[in-house]
Amino acid sequence: MSISTLIHKTRGGVHPPHRKHTAECETVQMPAPKTVIIPMLQHLGAPCIPTVKVGDTVEVGQVVADSEAAISAPIHCGVSGTVVGTKEILLQGGRTTMALVIESDGEGRVHSSVKPPVVNTFDDFIAAVRACGLVGLGGAGFPMHVKLNPKNLDEIDTIIINAAECEPYITTDYRECMENSWDIVSGVQTVMEFLGVKQVIIAVERNKPAAIAELSRIAASVSTSANRVTVKPLPARYPQGAEKVLIAACTGRRVPTGGLPADVNCIVMNVTSVAVLSRYLKTGMPLIEKRLTVDGSAVEKPMNVRVVIGTPIRDVLDFVGLKKPVRKLLFGGPMMGQALMNEDLPVLKQNNALLALAEEDAPDVAATTCIRCGRCVDACPMNLLPTAITKAYKAGNADELKRLCTMTCMECGCCTFACPAHRPIVQTIRMAKDVLRSVK
Amino acid sequence: MENTLMVSSSPHLHCGMNTRDIMRDVIIALIPSLIASVWLFGFRALAVEVVCVAAALASEYLSRKVMKRPQTVGDLSCIVTGLLLAFNLPVTVPLWQAALGSVVAIVVAKQMFGGLGQNFVNPALVGRVVLMGSFPDAMNNWVTPLAWTGQADAVSGATPLAMLATDAAAEIDPLSLLFGLRGGCLGETCAAALLLGGVYLVIRHVISPLIPTIYIGTVFVLTWILGANPVVHILSGGLMIGAIFMATDYATCPINKWGKVVYAVGCGALTVLIRLYGSLPEGVSFAIVIMNILTPLIERLTRPRPFGEGRKAVRS
Repeated sequence: MSISTLIHKTRGGVHPPHRKHTAECETVQMPAPKTVIIPMLQHLGAPCIPTVKVGDTVEVGQVVADSEAAISAPIHCGVSGTVVGTKEILLQGGRTTMALVIESDGEGRVHSSVKPPVVNTFDDFIAAVRACGLVGLGGAGFPMHVKLNPKNLDEIDTIIINAAECEPYITTDYRECMENSWDIVSGVQTVMEFLGVKQVIIAVERNKPAAIAELSRIAASVSTSANRVTVKPLPARYPQGAEKVLIAACTGRRVPTGGLPADVNCIVMNVTSVAVLSRYLKTGMPLIEKRLTVDGSAVEKPMNVRVVIGTPIRDVLDFVGLKKPVRKLLFGGPMMGQALMNEDLPVLKQNNALLALAEEDAPDVAATTCIRCGRCVDACPMNLLPTAITKAYKAGNADELKRLCTMTCMECGCCTFACPAHRPIVQTIRMAKDVLRSVK
Repeated sequence: MENTLMVSSSPHLHCGMNTRDIMRDVIIALIPSLIASVWLFGFRALAVEVVCVAAALASEYLSRKVMKRPQTVGDLSCIVTGLLLAFNLPVTVPLWQAALGSVVAIVVAKQMFGGLGQNFVNPALVGRVVLMGSFPDAMNNWVTPLAWTGQADAVSGATPLAMLATDAAAEIDPLSLLFGLRGGCLGETCAAALLLGGVYLVIRHVISPLIPTIYIGTVFVLTWILGANPVVHILSGGLMIGAIFMATDYATCPINKWGKVVYAVGCGALTVLIRLYGSLPEGVSFAIVIMNILTPLIERLTRPRPFGEGRKAVRS
């Protein structure tokens, strides 16, 4: 059996409109831009340090930045050309980082280091994952070589491949399933082999029946009684793909607050990450390109584009075309994506969508008083009391914030989405978490 | 275009519902009972309802104005309060008393505590309780339904609960109770119309079915155990309107699931205790008001255990 139907009950969640307009749009390759901007921070962890100088010639697939820190990942160049400068850029979320500016010569010469890695042992495998520059492509950007090498590796019994894609609009993982399903499965087999894990669950929301059919067809051909690969269709409910919710729905296990999936003997990998890893092992081409869903009410023709990492957003928007003035520009989906301040930022490794919303999709509605309807409480997947947290924050009561387990909040935004009074609940909880971080 | 980009913290999507939509749904759910009240008690019922709603609207508007607060008449919540109060009055109530009840409900119980969502007891129930204390005669004058058509005796007296208290229980027909053919307040007698509204509210996700079902269920079970007639008890008095429309008031009922359960059981138990052992024939208003006051305490004692807290990760 390649489809497993037992779903463990999870609470809360909301049903935002799917808006997966680009689901059937075959990925379009965007030509490499004239200039790429490569920030030193494209992952969770320590920023990288450039390994090239201004004036150096670089080629496709060459490492241009790396770090010796444990939690970090090398960064590669996606074009051939010359490093023309460095500049400080302000990333979404308010952090600043240094970035390399590389001018392309348009020739696309591939660097001599790009060749399939020799992988025989577990250590070779982890070294290869690191050399690929792979980070969690679902959005968080956690370095993959760290994720695949937890302290309790011998206790890990389940790998969950996250293809839930619960954010509205985004279809990049769905396209990966439809276009490169064999890459996914061969990546899954490799990971199973080197980590010695016997069970892999590929989790997909039920609103993607074609992906479920495709994945279960090939999962059935590789699944054995000793190494089980199953596809698990999950209810289409946001935030089904959030790591903790996903693990609970697939296995019934609950990751403790502040803990990692490895604490409940699971590893969660994004589906595109697995496919990228599989392609790297075959070709040696590291992570230099990313599929982006470009959509939103201001976009002329919503589509999935494959772009070189470091391509400025302005170029991506020019490529797909706009039909209306952009009021809000988002990296990621509308539920957890970050609003951008300008179009100068480049596409990063962990980006999976670029949404250009017109005026009508970016309303500025004034909040009214809380009527205690409890919709935020019903919507919270973490079983918190969002409205009580906001009240404790306004009262400046840090003890009460602790009692309400404020740090458990994963900022999915279900509370704000569901609030009929349009109160900025999750936004207030973010500030409450800052209060708790500062009193610690 | 650089300067026109709007930056805000996620989420960037909203369900699209607002407070006014919720209040409009509650008003829609009250319409069957409104029609039933006019059918049962004649056009004076409509007069009482119009006076209560008008007084509630005026009180809301003026108190916000006097307090120099943002105007909130538009959220329609005062219309709900006015209607619910009217539904809790007998048809013969003097109109000025009906208006006074609305003023007390809106000004004293609601606006003086900060307006919508801030009141600690249900405003309409405060209005009713104040009127019952101030004008007991006018508030206990029950007219036989359909008397206004001339087909039934205009003289009347006892409500089913009063009859139960005086051992006249055998005369009560449950089916006539279901359609409201009994003495009582304007909106409370026709259980069928109230249930229709309740089903609408549950389907529209305005209220959770927990409170009404557990409240009514508790009354049914307890009266049965204590030897009374459970069917007559759940169809009599203000239980239906109380359980569906008053006990479910957002501001004054617990916000979490187990809190709602405890609260509803408490409402049911108090209602039965007052009905069977108290000196009053009816106890719904007082039961709900008492449980309203206990709501913060119930919430504190029934806090949900957040995901991944407490016991270490639960294995399947």
